[in-house]
Amino acid sequence: MLHTLVILVEDKPGVLNRIASLFRRRTYNIESLTVGHTDISGLSRMTITVEGTQDHIERLTAYLYKLVNVIQVEDLTNRKMVSRDLALIKVNTQTEKRTEIFQMVEVFRAKVVDVTTESLIIEITGTDEKINGFIEVMKPLGIIEMVRTGAVAMERGSDSLINLPESGFEKK
Amino acid sequence: MKKSGAQIVWECLVKEGITTIFGYPGGANLPIYDAMRDYPQIHHVLPRHEQGGGHMADGYARVSGKVGVAMGTSGPGATNLVTAIATAHMDSIPMVFITAQVTSKLIGYDAFQETDVTGITLPITKHNYLVTDVEDIMPTLREAFYIAKSGRPGPVLVDITKDAQQAFVSDWEYDDTQIVLKGYRPDFTPAASSIQQAADLINSAKRPVILAGHGVLMGNAMSEFKEFAEKNNVPVAMTLLGMGGFPAHHPLNLGMMGMHGESWVNTAIQEADLLLAFGMRFDDRVTGSLNSYARNAKKIHIEIDPSEVNKNVRVDVGLIGNIKEILAQVTPLVEKNERAEWRKVIADLKGETAVRDIVNLPDSGHLYAAHVINELRRLVSRDTIITTDVGQHQMWTAQYFKIEEAHTMVTSGGLGTMGFGLPSAIGAKLAKPDREVWTVVGDGGFQMTAAELSTIAQEKIKVNVAIINNGFLGMVRQWQEFFYDKNYASTPMISPDFVKLAEAHGLKGLRASTRAEAQVAIQEAREYPGSVVIDFRVEQEDSVYPMVPAGAALNEMIRRPSVIVETPQDE
Ligand SMILES: Cc1ncc(C[n+]2csc(CCOP(=O)(O)OP(=O)(O)O)c2C)c(N)n1
Repeated sequence: MLHTLVILVEDKPGVLNRIASLFRRRTYNIESLTVGHTDISGLSRMTITVEGTQDHIERLTAYLYKLVNVIQVEDLTNRKMVSRDLALIKVNTQTEKRTEIFQMVEVFRAKVVDVTTESLIIEITGTDEKINGFIEVMKPLGIIEMVRTGAVAMERGSDSLINLPESGFEKK
Repeated sequence: MKKSGAQIVWECLVKEGITTIFGYPGGANLPIYDAMRDYPQIHHVLPRHEQGGGHMADGYARVSGKVGVAMGTSGPGATNLVTAIATAHMDSIPMVFITAQVTSKLIGYDAFQETDVTGITLPITKHNYLVTDVEDIMPTLREAFYIAKSGRPGPVLVDITKDAQQAFVSDWEYDDTQIVLKGYRPDFTPAASSIQQAADLINSAKRPVILAGHGVLMGNAMSEFKEFAEKNNVPVAMTLLGMGGFPAHHPLNLGMMGMHGESWVNTAIQEADLLLAFGMRFDDRVTGSLNSYARNAKKIHIEIDPSEVNKNVRVDVGLIGNIKEILAQVTPLVEKNERAEWRKVIADLKGETAVRDIVNLPDSGHLYAAHVINELRRLVSRDTIITTDVGQHQMWTAQYFKIEEAHTMVTSGGLGTMGFGLPSAIGAKLAKPDREVWTVVGDGGFQMTAAELSTIAQEKIKVNVAIINNGFLGMVRQWQEFFYDKNYASTPMISPDFVKLAEAHGLKGLRASTRAEAQVAIQEAREYPGSVVIDFRVEQEDSVYPMVPAGAALNEMIRRPSVIVETPQDE
């Protein structure tokens, strides 16, 4: 089963390498990985999706906590969450499918962000399934190039998942 | 006070209470060496290879309980340390490795002797650092020592660029405030309910066995352990690294478990209804096949590292934290129990095996490693420190050199590093100069780090070397005999004349080929004021018994054959 992990790490050199190295060394496969700053100084947030049984993920969590720079690990898989991925898709518009492409952009609530006489770049945000669905539809219409960010995730409801009692971190 | 980065390195070592370090100079760490003369309170030992220096610091740490410190220069100096770092990592030894790095401006440009040491050692250190700014040297070294010794100990590497060593801090002062690391959690305490749960399981168990690991020694929990075991009369099986945590002669001590554990030990584990794993990690060498491992036993695991609990074996109660404190809480909740019946079952398992033991057979004129080690045990004092290399002689030492006292046995368990024996003995001797120190090595592993005999000579210390010389890479030969049709590919080994080798180093060399000669040689070595190397010419194709083949069930052992085939005398 695909798990969605949120990992809060100290923003220090080499941390990404440590996390990636741990996944490799313990033979886990990263499906997607995103990392970025948070609203807290010195704290970065990663969202990693990884295949594994519940047991595997519990082991992984324990290994992650061994890393000195790892502050918190949360598995959002079985919680109510919002997970979003973003894709940019460049498609060929020099065919008779041009109108169809625009229709699909409408249907999927995607956005056209660049237009030339021969091509379009479409931006689409959504769950993994939605984006996969869109790509499937676009394939026969002529994809030139494509890029995806990988998922970012957040728990629903009014609480913050970040739990830093007296840890010395401060809001920016 | 104005201090250079190099001076700060030494200042920090002094503040950490370090009195001996092991290091090798080179271009990138020259500033550190240049500053050394200002710090005569630290004794610097020059090994003949950085690996040797690393193992010396490791042996030093294992017997002293202090953090072992080893240094190397950039590039090859650092890569030569890698085996020592991995060895310490597998066995959770508190160590700080200080390597030098090329000037920060050159990093990334493939400069002369540039190696990405923090990258290389990332998976084999507890943590590591690259320091490029002189201001960061002190805080980083303080963190390094703190991380190395707290929680589950381990090696930490600090790589310091040459320019950071050369730069100055104008008014430097040592900071001795409490270190707080936001993401580091060395201390756990189990819930009271889990402690009670564990006690209940122990009280209702009929056939409990303790699996005593390195954690008992690392956590200095020897007396709490003994009190617990004695109150409830639980038989104790030892891991290789656990030896010394509980006296060998104690009636509850069954001996070593696992691949070369005695049959009664492994059988007791397989038949147990409760396993109490204390500071051990269910390594495959002690469990055999996990599918058939102690199937009817409930399991309690006391462990300092949360990631070890439920890793290899699912447990019923995991108590994560400091073993000394946990045992002090558990013991009062445990009832007194004689366990006469269970202990008799185990005692009965012993009887028949002991007779077949090689040391109980009449003298055939052939010398066996078991005789040598048995003699050694008989002749030296209980507090003698023994280090081993890796191979058959290591297992024979574990079987025959009954370890009575804590921190007197030093061996590479997790990594099984050949070449560890001699340098670790040098480190042990420097940590405990008043103790008698012996290393038991194979002819193969000894030659991996034999150059350190020269370090012994330079340090003018007394370390006795017992070479169990069987003319083979014995342990591998044994596997070839058992599992590869006696195809002895690349295991026969020619050696130099070890007596002359010792003499070339200004040490004494002796040779022994019979039991009588062995005894005389050991005596002579003990009485001689300097270091002695003894070449024990032992039976060439002897094997370590019993043996659980890798992946087999723990009680499926290969036993010593009743008819013993010996090498013809004229060989
Ligand atoms: C550095 C290293 N290389 C290879 C091995 C594999 N190995 C394990 S035991 C052994 C044989 C050791 O032979 P020797 O030192 O003569 O000791 P003996 O087994 O004969 O007692 C070998 C090659 C190892 N453990 N370490």
